[in-house]
Formats: sequence, C-alpha cells, structure tokens
Amino acid sequence: MTDAFEITVDGRPVPVTAGQTVGAALHAAGIRSWRATRFGGRPRGLFCGIGVCFDCLVTVNGRPPERACLLQARPGDEVTTS
Amino acid sequence: MTRVHDLAVVGGGPAGVAGALTAALAGLSVVLVDSGARLGGQYFRHPAGAHPGTPGFDRFRRQARALAGRADLLLGHQVWAVERRAADAADAADAADAADAADASAALTRDGGHDSAFTLRCTAPDGSPVAVRSRRLLLATGAYDRPLPFPGWDLPGVLTAGGAQALLKGNGVVAGRRIVVAGTGPFLLPVAAGLAGAGARVLGVYEAGGGLGLARHPLLAAGKAGEAAGYALALARHRVPYRTRQAVVAAHGERELEAVTVARLDRDWNVLSTRRLACDTLATGYGFVPQIDLGVQVGCRTRADLDGSPVLDVDDRQRTSVPGVWAAGEPAGVGGRHLAELEGRIAGLTISAPGDPVPGVLARRRDRLQAFARALLEAYPIGPGWQRWLRDDTLVCRCEEVPLARIREARELGATDVRAVKLLSRAGMGWCQGRVCGHAVARLTGAPVGEPRRPLAQPVTLGALAALTSARVETAAQDPAGVLDPAPPPDPTGPPAPTDPPAPTDPPAPKDPPAPTDPPAPSDPSAPSDPSAPTDPPTPSDPPAPAGPPGPQGPSEPTRIPGETGTEAGDDSSAASTADGKDSA
Repeated sequence: MTDAFEITVDGRPVPVTAGQTVGAALHAAGIRSWRATRFGGRPRGLFCGIGVCFDCLVTVNGRPPERACLLQARPGDEVTTS
Repeated sequence: MTRVHDLAVVGGGPAGVAGALTAALAGLSVVLVDSGARLGGQYFRHPAGAHPGTPGFDRFRRQARALAGRADLLLGHQVWAVERRAADAADAADAADAADAADASAALTRDGGHDSAFTLRCTAPDGSPVAVRSRRLLLATGAYDRPLPFPGWDLPGVLTAGGAQALLKGNGVVAGRRIVVAGTGPFLLPVAAGLAGAGARVLGVYEAGGGLGLARHPLLAAGKAGEAAGYALALARHRVPYRTRQAVVAAHGERELEAVTVARLDRDWNVLSTRRLACDTLATGYGFVPQIDLGVQVGCRTRADLDGSPVLDVDDRQRTSVPGVWAAGEPAGVGGRHLAELEGRIAGLTISAPGDPVPGVLARRRDRLQAFARALLEAYPIGPGWQRWLRDDTLVCRCEEVPLARIREARELGATDVRAVKLLSRAGMGWCQGRVCGHAVARLTGAPVGEPRRPLAQPVTLGALAALTSARVETAAQDPAGVLDPAPPPDPTGPPAPTDPPAPTDPPAPKDPPAPTDPPAPSDPSAPSDPSAPTDPPTPSDPPAPAGPPGPQGPSEPTRIPGETGTEAGDDSSAASTADGKDSA
C-alpha cells in the first residue's frame, strides 16, 4: 500500500501516497490553504480534519466543492484552488 | 430488493462494530454504515493495509473481520437523515416485499414493543442516494473536537487536536515541523506524543486546566498510571514541556500560522502574562462534542452531560427514549473507546434479546468506566476566562465569519438564547451548522448548549432530495475481505431501487455525520514504549482496572466477541481497562 501517484493542484504536481485524502496530500506538500472565505477573503485549509468544519472545501475535477479531508485522492485528480 | 435489516448501525468505530457484531452473532441481520473508507472511527483510524500501532487495534481488527462476514457494510456512506415510521407503515412496506415479509414480522414481534422501522438516507461514495431500512437502529456516531475561538484561530496551520491526529493516523502525514499542542483534557497527551514520535518538534503541551502537572495528572487518580507514565516518558524523551494553567490565546501570521501567544492563566483562565512562540502548526482542542444529530432528528431525549454538552439519554440497556433506537459510545456521553466498545456490546445484546437482563459483569464494568469518564470530565472543566481572550474582531463562527462584536450586538438587541443570537448574527448558519462554534456561541450568550437541530446531518444535493421517492435501496456491499480495507463499496451500479416505501412522511431531518466514533479520553496505556514508532504493537498492559476484578466472579463473559480472547497483549482485555482515549502514539 505504498503506491505513490500524483495529482495536480492548479496544474502543479503534488505527490500522494495511496489512501491519503486530498487534504492530507495538499497539507503534506506544504499547501495549507486552498480557498478564500466569501466575505473576508481569508485563507482556509484543513482545520477539524474529520469532516465536521467544512473549512477544507475543495474543487476536484470540476465537481462541486467537497471536503478535502474526507475525499480520497485518486491518480490524476485535478484540484483547483480559488 | 428492498431489504429490511433487523438492525442498522451508524458508525464503524469501537461502539458500532461491537454492537453490530454482537447482534450479528445473535442471529440478527445487520447493516453498518460509516462515512469512512475503512472501519475504525476516529480512534482506530488507520491507513489502508497498515497497522496504526494504536493500542487495542489487533482486537478491533478481529472484531471488524468477524463482522465483515456477518453483516453488510456500507463504507464511505454519509448518513444525512433518519426517518422513523410506525410499524404499520413498515409492515405495509414489507408486505410489498414478499421475500422479507416473513422475517420482518417475526422480528417485530420478537422485539417486544419496539416496533418501529427506520430509513437511513445516505449518500454513497459516488454521490448517489442510498436508503437503508431497518427495524432497529443503533447510533454509534462518535464525537468530534471542541475548539475554543481565539484571535487567529482560523489561520491555516491551526488544526484541531483530532485533526492533527487524523492526519497522522489516517494519512501518515505529520501536521507540521514546529508544533504547539494546546487546550484541555487528556487527549492532548497522545496527540503530542504521537507527533513527537513521528518526528515533529513539539514545542510544548499547554494544558489550560490542571495545575498539578503530569506527576499528578488525573489519569493517575483514575488508575491509569501506566498510561500517564507512558505519555510522561514519551514527552520527556522528546523533551516536550508539559505546562498546566497555560494556553494559546492568539495565533499570528499573514497567510498561515507563524507564531502563537502562550499565556499563563489563573484558575479561571484569565491571562496573567504572555509570551510569543514561533511555530508553524497548532493542534488545539478543549474536549469533545458528541455527535447526536441523528438521535435528535428521530426524537431521542437528550440530557446535559457534566460539561454541559447535550448527549442522548439512554437507560442501562443503552436504549434511547425512542422505541427501537439505541445509542452507544460518545453520543451517550464521552467516555473513551473501552466504554464505547462495552456500550456497543450491551446494546447489541439488548437489541438481540430484549427480555434478558444485562449481564452483571458487563454492567459493573460499564459503571466503572462511566465513573472514570465522569471524573475526567470534572477534572477538565472549561474556565470562563477564555471569553476574554477574544477581541471584537475575533471570528467566533468561522463559516459565516461572524466576529465577537456581532454576537455582542445580537445580545444587545435582546437575544438571550442561541437561536436568537444565530438569527441575528448568522453565527452557526454556515456549512458546519454550528458544530464548531456552537459551544462557544452558547457560552458567549450565557445560554445552555442546546441540542442540535439539523435537518440535514450532511450536505446533500437537491437531486438526492428530489430522488427521495425513488431512491435505490441499499444493496449491501458485503465486504468479504477486509473490512478494514475494503475496496470502495461497489455499488454504483446497483439496481435502482425499487422505490422506497411510501410512507415517510416526515421530512428528513438533519443530521450528523456519522462516523467518528471516538475521541474520548486519554488514552491507552500503551506503553512507555516507544512512541516513536508508531507502528509498534501495543504493548502490554492495560493496567488492570482500578476497580477490582470484574465482579466476583461474574460469569465468564457473556457473549464473547471474537476479538476477545484476551490474549492480545494487553489492551483489551479484561477488565477494565479504562477509558481511554483517543489514541496514542
């Protein structure tokens, strides 16, 4: 289970260990924020890490925002940040 | 195939798995639903195919594997609502389904008055709606971290303690390089020990409560000396300072966390003095919030736990006030994984054999563990002084970006309860529906922490709502192999279900995320052994429980679950182990 693959974040490759979530892969790669809040434009990334807070919402493969901390990364996933 | 199971269990942590397995072994048809990709909940979270080194994991894995062959597992499924309908409707629905009708009525009869039927509305991993029907329901939905707000707490790099733990245990990712751990409660210890053991520089553990230090940690009083010593050793080995009556009262940084302000506190948590500490990550938590949305949706009575958190009110058979609904683990009161498993077993037994008494041995052990859980809750109250850590512009509600000033304004406008404050300020109206800020808003309002009323426990698409009348009914993904690492439930293609039962009139209520089961208390004594090796097998020893051997001879344990042979090194075992907490290194 140590298969490694890549996903992209705004076109830039990010390594993933199989089984990791999109949020964990981003965080591990030093990408700690991937969206901005509606009013204050404040940066947000992982906070609760278990699907409760919704801070880590992320767009993957053009789908509506999902919680990065729950979403298993799959090879070739394209993450876009805002 | 509209299958109606005897029992649906929500949550695949220690409580849910024990409950499901116990019921399955007794002959009930069981389906277990969990939002995670693997069984384990929060405490036994682990990467695919790996042993997390969590004390008790071997035992849990045996139970999970035994369950895989005996129950239907729907992993990666988020439950967003539960509906309950009267027995008549259930019967009518069943009648339409000849295959199940016979055993359905048998089960209803057997259930001695608990004749209800439930439909869990779920979202499958591929986004499709799934309806799970059952005659009885066991809620084992766990708990999540309770953070307190402070200036800068929404900066990236500030994580909940459980979030840092989930990154490490579930993903093998160390949350940062220079990490501060702060908050209150025994859970801080395993989090700090785990991070230090995984190579992070843990700059300090700041426990806002206490005053006694590790040498007189409440774990000791609770008979968890081995556990406390294990953490003390681990922290000492990595030269991690443990400071009581200190807290992180502000976080600083432009785009992400760069430093925190650590304060010395008086006994009410008022700031006495401060200093700044450069760091890239903060793991913080002030206890746990039991996840009870589903129970509230279906009408279960709640009670206020010692810390004011609403929990589901259960009797000594783990029954809630709603016929047919049981609860085990944190939703019935935060108490750790040993208590969770035990309550799950008791629920499984009383669900399968409604007329039988709860075996004395189990009841006594539960009483002991509950007493321990209460002692810990009492040992770590939240001091009122934290409210003065906030500034006017400090966000209280992260989702709707509501600062303290707006909450004050709402109060000045006359709001005296959480609901009114919410309506006026929007605090708690965002994505998380107040799960994160609810406790803080209640305290700032001077109101009790009310029970959560969330018609949707998880986000759901309009399409799924629209499909309510034609949702496909779960096609159980049996997971032969490893429950622990099952492949994603196949289903997507499953046959669209034959429609759903007519009845459910009630609008689905909101609800809570299923899964997480675990967080309780501190943890397991693993051993003083090396936390640095996250993979170490649990070491021996759960200290035998404080309170004496399980009863003078209690009959040997009633229903044994497969995992249970006591041989596992320790953890498990017998008696007593205690509560425990989340995890450990």
